[in-house]
Amino acid sequence: MSAILPPAERLWWKHPLDRVEGTWIVIALVWCLIMFAMMVGWHIYGKQNLSTETYRTTPEKFTAKTQAFVDKYTVRTETADKTPVVAPPPGTDIYLIARLWSFWPILELEKDKTYRLHLSSLDYNHGFSLQPANINIQIVPGYEHVVTITPNRSGQYSVVCNEYCGINHHTMVGRIYVK
Amino acid sequence: MSATTTYRTCPRSGLQFESHAERLMLANAVAAVVFLLIGGILAVGVVLTRWPAVHWLEADTFYQVLTAHGIDMLIFWIIFFEIAVLYFCSSTLLRCRIATPRVAWLAFALMVIGSITNNVAVYRGGSSVMMTSYVPMMAEPAFYLGLILFAVGALIALFVFFGTLVVAKRDKTYQGSVPLVTFGAITAAIIAVFTITSGAIILIPTWFLSLGLVKTIDPLAYRMIWWAFGHSSQQINVAAHISIWYAVAAIAFGAKPMSERVSRGAFLLYILFLQLASAHHLLADPGLSTAWKVVNTSYFMYFAVLASMIHGLTIPGAMEVAQRKKGFNKGLFEWLRKAPWGNPVFSGVFISIIGFGFLGGISGVMMGTEQLNMIIHNTIYVPGHFHATVVVGTTLSFMALTYFLIPVLFKREMIAPVLARWQPYLFGFSMYFFCLVMMGAGTLGVSRR
Repeated sequence: MSAILPPAERLWWKHPLDRVEGTWIVIALVWCLIMFAMMVGWHIYGKQNLSTETYRTTPEKFTAKTQAFVDKYTVRTETADKTPVVAPPPGTDIYLIARLWSFWPILELEKDKTYRLHLSSLDYNHGFSLQPANINIQIVPGYEHVVTITPNRSGQYSVVCNEYCGINHHTMVGRIYVK
Repeated sequence: MSATTTYRTCPRSGLQFESHAERLMLANAVAAVVFLLIGGILAVGVVLTRWPAVHWLEADTFYQVLTAHGIDMLIFWIIFFEIAVLYFCSSTLLRCRIATPRVAWLAFALMVIGSITNNVAVYRGGSSVMMTSYVPMMAEPAFYLGLILFAVGALIALFVFFGTLVVAKRDKTYQGSVPLVTFGAITAAIIAVFTITSGAIILIPTWFLSLGLVKTIDPLAYRMIWWAFGHSSQQINVAAHISIWYAVAAIAFGAKPMSERVSRGAFLLYILFLQLASAHHLLADPGLSTAWKVVNTSYFMYFAVLASMIHGLTIPGAMEVAQRKKGFNKGLFEWLRKAPWGNPVFSGVFISIIGFGFLGGISGVMMGTEQLNMIIHNTIYVPGHFHATVVVGTTLSFMALTYFLIPVLFKREMIAPVLARWQPYLFGFSMYFFCLVMMGAGTLGVSRR
């Protein structure tokens, strides 16, 4: 009789489908298929896809690479901690370290130029949240994620850590300039 | 073995309760509500700190409170209640004794010990790692041990549930197939076995890591397996609260499913596809191929979405059919206008259905899109979404069911019936608002934690 009692018809699976239900299932299925096609379509035709280029790394290796990059292209230092501001030539590989509790170094990029941004963490999981553009990428220790970026608007951007990483998580903020 | 038990028939509902099962349901439901209370108090701390004008708690206290809030609500409150629901759906609905009540008490004891151990570890201060506890960030060993004990207890309780189904079948306490609500509960239990196994696969090594017995755990592998546990545990909720929606439709209206075949088929889709949606937590992660992400989060997740869309039609549909049979046939919506809106059992479930579908479901599907995920990954949109699913969907349904169980199972009257009548509206609509504003803030980039 009801949903809390055994079905009254013993052969309930032979009960004919209600028209309303059948129609709804078809509509829902078609909609699911459209969404599936859209997801693939966006990936092929869309312009904001997350790159999947990833390498295994270690904190030592990634620090060494980033240090070499900083030594080569630093133009000045900023903030009380004397964080280097690095202005790499367009089209090159650029590096950003996430660690407890800062992003290092500060990047200075040129508008409409493409860079290969290497992201990794030296310790815990961190979040790369570019504000106010609002682009969010997970940073996982041990993995070097290479994201191709083309800044299309100039200004000062903040990189906010949005993955909880311990007691000073809320103070972990970095900076990117686009000229 | 079964000779010592007694049965009681509830005069109000006609349901038959076996004495062992009844006491187990009471114990699990009460433990659940205690954790809901603790989690609710902690929620005040979370909200008053995230509200910039108040900014109440210091960072260390806040992270501690947030960790406890997440675990007490998402794991302890919900799973304790679900175990009570499983015993109800087997022993009560199938009118049989519960299998191995002593083992069921052992399960309950393990769950209580585990949940207390975990809570103590968090309140001691060394385990503010959030519910997700991503390695290599480490909590105290007791944090993991508590979760593991709780999970073992829950797993034992699941097998008591499966055993009870066997008892009912063997003693022929029902004719034909199990009721739809029991079928939904079986779905929830099967997903729960998968979930708890995933949790064991990742939390046991992490416990060893915290004790120094294991050297490293790959952080990405941790994330993948943890989410097979973390997200799938929410799929237990979906299967459980949808079963409760069907149950309440039956209780409040005497509604029967429009088609058993369709509703059961939809539950079956959950077993097959819902867990794969866990992959959407990794959409912004490095190291996973696009094909893997697309296949898991769209191709497979949409089959689970399809199941939810089916339930979204068939449950209100069953209510409509039942109401129209009673003569509420005027216009399109007389059946709905004349529904028992003053009865919190019904109003709670209806507010839950609408909120879960339109806020939780739609936002979830949207987040599961690879490109859109980059906008909202780890923003406060995410808690906005899951409060719409877990609080509006699951918790509100459980609350509604509790209004039914207070007289039927606890044999008591509500102390303030007028307050009870308003509670689902106040709670439900406040949560609608809460979820919407969090999603809005997340779209603008406010971070999650």
